[in-house]
Amino acid sequence: MILDTATAVAWIRRAYELVRADEARLTRLDTAIGDGDHGANLTRGLAAAEIALDEKQPDSAGQALITAGRSLISKTGGASGPLYGNGFRQAGKELREEGDVAAVADALEAMLRGIEELGGALHGDKTMVDALAPAVAAFQTSASATLDLHAAGQAAVAAAEAGLAATVPMQARKGRASYLGERSIGHEDPGAASTVLILRALAEVTAP
Amino acid sequence: MKKLINSPDSLITDALRGIAAAHPDLAVDAENRVISRAQPAAAKVGLVSGGGSGHEPLHGGYVGYGMLDAAAPGEVYTSPVPDQILAATQAASTGRGVLHIVKNYTGDVLNFRMAAELAEDDDIRVVSVVTNDDVAVEDSTFTAGRRGTGGTIVVEKIAGAAAEEGADLDTVARLATEVNERSRSFGIALHAGTVPAAGTPGFDLADNEIELGVGIHGEPGRARGEFAPVRELVAYALDAIHADRTVSGNVLVIMNGQGGTPLIELYAAHAEAAAWLAGRGVTVARNLVGNYITSLDQAGFSITVTELSDELVRLWDAPVSTPALRWGM
Repeated sequence: MILDTATAVAWIRRAYELVRADEARLTRLDTAIGDGDHGANLTRGLAAAEIALDEKQPDSAGQALITAGRSLISKTGGASGPLYGNGFRQAGKELREEGDVAAVADALEAMLRGIEELGGALHGDKTMVDALAPAVAAFQTSASATLDLHAAGQAAVAAAEAGLAATVPMQARKGRASYLGERSIGHEDPGAASTVLILRALAEVTAP
Repeated sequence: MKKLINSPDSLITDALRGIAAAHPDLAVDAENRVISRAQPAAAKVGLVSGGGSGHEPLHGGYVGYGMLDAAAPGEVYTSPVPDQILAATQAASTGRGVLHIVKNYTGDVLNFRMAAELAEDDDIRVVSVVTNDDVAVEDSTFTAGRRGTGGTIVVEKIAGAAAEEGADLDTVARLATEVNERSRSFGIALHAGTVPAAGTPGFDLADNEIELGVGIHGEPGRARGEFAPVRELVAYALDAIHADRTVSGNVLVIMNGQGGTPLIELYAAHAEAAAWLAGRGVTVARNLVGNYITSLDQAGFSITVTELSDELVRLWDAPVSTPALRWGM
């Protein structure tokens, strides 16, 4: 299994479906500690990404991710648009034509770096990084051991879910949740929750 | 939820149509979602601001002679996107550079930064000033930093006046930074506003509860407090401001309504603020009382205090002609 153009496009489409289906939950999480727009914003951004992929008909997996990333930056609004958008752009640049499991591991690593560099969030700040960073590490470990894209994707989802759960006791230090101080404790981070969905989409579309 | 809307999805577009109908001296680009002057200024530094919608009259209501050249309204409580900010920047550019006035929220800062990079590709020099006047949030490595709130209006007015007089980009940016440093704000909410797309209030308060240090996006403040007479609420807010930056000399006070507060209550609050300040020998040299930076239908107030110099008084008094502020011409 490799991540080719069609699979990359399918990844974005599936991410859109999963986020749209869970829009109300993401909004509820964001209402608790943010401003209640994460579900609507990300749904809008991924819908725009899908339209852009239809129009542009990318000829490589990397180009598909870059196209999606640009749409997310252009259409999402809020902080999540530039962050996920830059993440997908960096992943696309790393991936180029298409990639096996090792190349996808590098692309996910580039996605994480793109998000960390733009947002300045570190592990433990109660952001999407707390789901993505352990997921990327788990993907890399599984990739070396199994050489299987789907298995690595599933390992990433499991690690992201654990990372999401770990955000509950954290006090936010980035984004609007940080304004709450200690009152941000006790809630899942909505950005970490949407990261789980995006990685689940990857695992699903790479199933044999 | 009962609101004067056709649907949550069409609200921004419908409101932009209304702004266009009400204010012929503004140009409203409904497609790019940019509000700019119908008669663009001749060669001067351009001023652009923007942010989530729901804070009206901020920012579109401050576009016009003496203040902003263009504003980019995002979705409700959501920052505008880079393409929009770029279009506003292009509309504001006359070749002498453009100042971005950005309220300190992660989304606004990131989207304006991307737009500034795109503008530089078009050979438009952009300098950004990030406002962070809200003392309710501790500025530390443990937060995204103080929020930009009512002080933003003072920054836009003073920087706008300087730009109108022909000051260069660095001078306008320096003034904007100085005004931000001299400004402090604090807000208290009595009940939360309702985001149309969400349909329910952003937070629940019992009859005897208030939100202290509330933000402008319905995000809860730093603590819940007990409801009290307006004298005590105003004193709480001014004490918080005073503890952060000593209030002294000549000041500008904005007694701001959050969208769901009757003007009569704001005047009652302003009376208390005036008495508190007079008791400390502070002179209220200029003031605004009304809805200037709102949070949909949130009930409550925020107080902004800016310490003025003679030069800042002069620039505040300079002619301005926008939907929300209009004097001297």
